[in-house]
Amino acid sequence: MELNAHNFKENAAKALEDKDLQESLAKLGTGFPLKRLAAAARLPEFEALRDQARDIKDHSLRHLDFYLEKFESRVVESGGCVHWARDINDGREIVYDICKSVGAKTVTKGKSMIGEEMAINEYLEEKGLIPIETDLGEYIIQLRHEPPSHIIAPAIHLRKSHVEEAFRETHTDLPVDRNLDAPEDLLKEARAMLRKRFIDADVGITGANFMVAETGSTVIVTNEGNGDLTQTLPRVHIVLCSIEKVVPTLEDCTTLLRVLARSATGQEQSVYTTFSTGGRHEDDPDGPDQFHVVILDNGRSRMLGHETHDMLRCIRCSACINHCPVYQSVGGHAYGSIYPGPMGSVLTPALYGLDQSCDLPNASTMCGKCEEVCPVRIPLPKMLRSWRQKQWEDGPVPLMQRFGMSAWAFWAVRPKGYHFFAKIKMRIMGLLGRKNGHFKSLPLTKAWTKSRDFPAPEGKTFQQLWSEKGGRRS
Amino acid sequence: MSGKEKNVGLFVTCLVDLFRPSVAFAAVKLMSEAGCSICVPERQTCCGQPAFNSGDMDDSRAMAKMVIEEFEHFDYVVAPSGSCAAMIVKHYAELFEDDPDWQKRAIDLSHKTYELLTFLSDILGVKKVDAVLNSKVTYHDSCSGLRELGIKSQPRNLLHAVEGVEIVEGEKAERCCGFGGTFCLKYSDISTRITDDKCDDIVKTGADLVLGGDLGCLMNIAGRMTRRGETVEVRHIAEVLAGMTDDLAPISQGGK
Repeated sequence: MELNAHNFKENAAKALEDKDLQESLAKLGTGFPLKRLAAAARLPEFEALRDQARDIKDHSLRHLDFYLEKFESRVVESGGCVHWARDINDGREIVYDICKSVGAKTVTKGKSMIGEEMAINEYLEEKGLIPIETDLGEYIIQLRHEPPSHIIAPAIHLRKSHVEEAFRETHTDLPVDRNLDAPEDLLKEARAMLRKRFIDADVGITGANFMVAETGSTVIVTNEGNGDLTQTLPRVHIVLCSIEKVVPTLEDCTTLLRVLARSATGQEQSVYTTFSTGGRHEDDPDGPDQFHVVILDNGRSRMLGHETHDMLRCIRCSACINHCPVYQSVGGHAYGSIYPGPMGSVLTPALYGLDQSCDLPNASTMCGKCEEVCPVRIPLPKMLRSWRQKQWEDGPVPLMQRFGMSAWAFWAVRPKGYHFFAKIKMRIMGLLGRKNGHFKSLPLTKAWTKSRDFPAPEGKTFQQLWSEKGGRRS
Repeated sequence: MSGKEKNVGLFVTCLVDLFRPSVAFAAVKLMSEAGCSICVPERQTCCGQPAFNSGDMDDSRAMAKMVIEEFEHFDYVVAPSGSCAAMIVKHYAELFEDDPDWQKRAIDLSHKTYELLTFLSDILGVKKVDAVLNSKVTYHDSCSGLRELGIKSQPRNLLHAVEGVEIVEGEKAERCCGFGGTFCLKYSDISTRITDDKCDDIVKTGADLVLGGDLGCLMNIAGRMTRRGETVEVRHIAEVLAGMTDDLAPISQGGK
């Protein structure tokens, strides 16, 4: 997907007016968060597990080179192949070359954010292949030619009617008068369409939630079972993942799995958790002949040791997104990046450059809910602030904002002048606003007064009154 | 000041100083009654939070230094705002990571700085207040106070001590009100949408009055409430605890 983060304000304005979207978002706001809360409440050691999860990721990142190489050697030992992709172009070419080498035509795809990052579908289509998303949400947005609006629920912005419309437009072989009123009808139709694709596929591409260095395994979690069909039926299985996904041992992996689903959907465990170690072994009844792991960097190694280092702990559970009041108001597309919400607002500038996404770190109330729910305790507000700092130091800040803040700061450290002017201004505002208690409009406050009354001050400032009363000053 | 009294420096906060001085007088009253001697240094304005959250570290540091210089000699420093107190307690030390001397002074100050309700409840052990209010109230947990300082039970415990008050909890009491400092100006429409959610939640409780501990959030909620034509009143909790509600109009409302 092409980055569209510089249009955040316009995207957000549209999103606020979109009634269908607002209905969908209203459901999200209470759905996942309440389920997470209940899941956490059922597990007494949840908070301790979060600490462990953070420590595992920190340890892995401190020794990232070691564990990545260990992972690679284990994959090779189990008959697979590891490919290193410096950027998305590398990644796309590696995937295409593998597809080409086996004469692939149809490529099924499980859900993968790295796949989204690489825009792998578009690339393979350009090369004449037929990539088919098999996760229901991804399938729907693929039919609609849209990017995902959420990292684990890609079609969360849509209503049932949108899905029906997309199916009727695409599945033109089916009877026009078929009934698609119930969600089950839609599900059945998607399943039937996808079955054929699973059988046809020459290559199956999945993502990976974790890479286990100890065993050379990749791990996916899904709720639909589509990932398993994607990776076991075709002759070739390609796993797309990124460098920070490696963890030392299976034990570490299971600790992370215990916080992942609970934080994401409030499930204790996703319906399917699948470990892949190499392709089909001698005694295996089924499985792919080839097993490839494409490990993408795309700017992540630059984050190591820098302000955004802790962001590499992220396990993509989406808890920060689900709980964010800004995301809940505008949805994922407004962010113009495949990574929306707080995690996206930290990650997008790191991957694509701050100049391309300068609204994102600012579009947060800094309420801190994201950090409160993050299973690996990423200090998201602090990191958003560090982007703001970078922007203040050498990036674009609207002139009025810079001027306003500097003027405020200038007077704030000159208390005598500050109090002198404050006294006069509040006195006037107090007199004018006394009757109503507020102002419907005021000079230079349109951003506030277009939707809110501006509360009138009492009149005299506290400093003034304290002096008049002879209150203690030292 | 007698030897037994706690020597407290009141960090008024800029919004209280300018818009709602009664909140600071309420704070002075409550702390004085609990045995504190209150001093208000004249050389104080803003804690630096707006600059800090805008990424303007030089100006944040300049403001932080002024606060440290003016307040470090007190036994305690108290602010009637969770977010300003959190700025001093949680973030001043971060500002001086390259300056060990100032960082030490920042850390020392952070150890004796409190938000008003926490100070009353946890440090002074206030259990009784001399106030009556026959009203159904709900409480908005401001984000910084709640998440950075753990303010949750203190305001409620203190409210229980007010005669006549019935507390009803909003389902989304802990959800952001959409203020976010400069956020509400930079992203006004998104802010309003979040504020509307907050107002809806408050109205749903059936409360006559919503209270909170941060004037920024309260001005935001009150401004939206009066614009929507809601009858719910908005006040800083200190006004209620100090029994000042008879003589002081609610925020954004005229008449008293």
